[in-house]
Amino acid sequence: MKITRRQMLILLPAAAVAWESVLAGTPEDSPNYKMTEHWWGMLIDIPKCIGCGNCVRACQTENDVPDGYFRTWVERYHRSDWSMSNPEVVTANPLIDPEVISPDGGKEGFPVATDKSGKYFFVPKLCNHCADSPCTQVCPVGATFISPDGVVLVDQTYCLGCAYCVQACPYGCRYIHPEKKVADKCTLCYHRITKGLTTACCEACPTGARQLADLKDPKDPIHEFLKTHSVQILKPQMATGAKVFYNDLDGSVR
Amino acid sequence: MSVFKDTGHLFRFAGLFVLAFLVFLVVRHYVVPKSFGQYGHYRGAAIGEIAAHPAKYAGHETCESCHAEVLDVKKNGKHAHVNCEACHGALEKHADDPSSMTPVLPDTAVLCVRCHTASAAKPKGFPQVVPEDHYTGLACGTCHKPHSPAMDVGGTK
Repeated sequence: MKITRRQMLILLPAAAVAWESVLAGTPEDSPNYKMTEHWWGMLIDIPKCIGCGNCVRACQTENDVPDGYFRTWVERYHRSDWSMSNPEVVTANPLIDPEVISPDGGKEGFPVATDKSGKYFFVPKLCNHCADSPCTQVCPVGATFISPDGVVLVDQTYCLGCAYCVQACPYGCRYIHPEKKVADKCTLCYHRITKGLTTACCEACPTGARQLADLKDPKDPIHEFLKTHSVQILKPQMATGAKVFYNDLDGSVR
Repeated sequence: MSVFKDTGHLFRFAGLFVLAFLVFLVVRHYVVPKSFGQYGHYRGAAIGEIAAHPAKYAGHETCESCHAEVLDVKKNGKHAHVNCEACHGALEKHADDPSSMTPVLPDTAVLCVRCHTASAAKPKGFPQVVPEDHYTGLACGTCHKPHSPAMDVGGTK
């Protein structure tokens, strides 16, 4: 076979491009899943949450989360009538109003509320899978990253456990795993969503207060929901590009 | 050639630099994982490793593929949108090989009150009872069938 100089000039760059992908290997385990076709987030419908703690328990079971640590947790807020009728007054002690409790992350539910005054609501929290996440930016070794489908993940074989990211997360969603000594966090059940399943917390939620959302899927009901409801994200002033959307979120939620 | 007079030591020094750079390239080749930088400043293969974590919740579609009769009972009831594993727990093991594990029937006395205990903190529209007032000594399942929890007066549902 004789290759002319012209053919050689065309073949060489092509081979170089192909060699890149040979070296890179194949990370995608699920054959029909294409990372470029998804952009994951979650919708939390606050008026539907009853604070049963099913999501917290399901997450612990699914992801082997150690006791006392949480990839997701539920907080209960109680705003007094006074604070709601005087919204212009900055509460002197934010530890008193709103009153926020989260006994063991809400894993076993919440104590019965007897004080009927004021306003109660539950706020399930988890990693916001920020599009411009502060936590991935501070990692000194490239062990945490935003995947091409918009999920903030930790490469635990690469993580040093320096806990920079734990400090950087404005939502308190990361922790150092007590046995592995590396950063651990919500993966948005990456092993499930890449196989067409929903996350464990969404699967276990009895009221549909948590819904997985694929923002790149034009058929996903999230798009209509975002247009027709008053939806907010946590700490919007930090410009994190959070992708966990809260419906009917009270202004006192921090 | 007076320019290169007495410059041998400079070339030897430059040669050392070139050698050190080559050593750096070789070490780097072996130390940096192959997939590092594939998608960004991280190990691309980590994505596949995280995706390989085994699931423990099978998902309601999997349950329904065998237990279609439960779906028929559920679909018109109040619990139509409550997924199987919300009450029955994680059952991927059972779904993989039904003979390997028989799910334990949840105790309705524990299960139902977890959601339906009355509390001022719960949304007003959510059905709630004060267990002490409502409880008659019988398990919830005696009157309410969990898959379709309307009152089971005739005992046939």
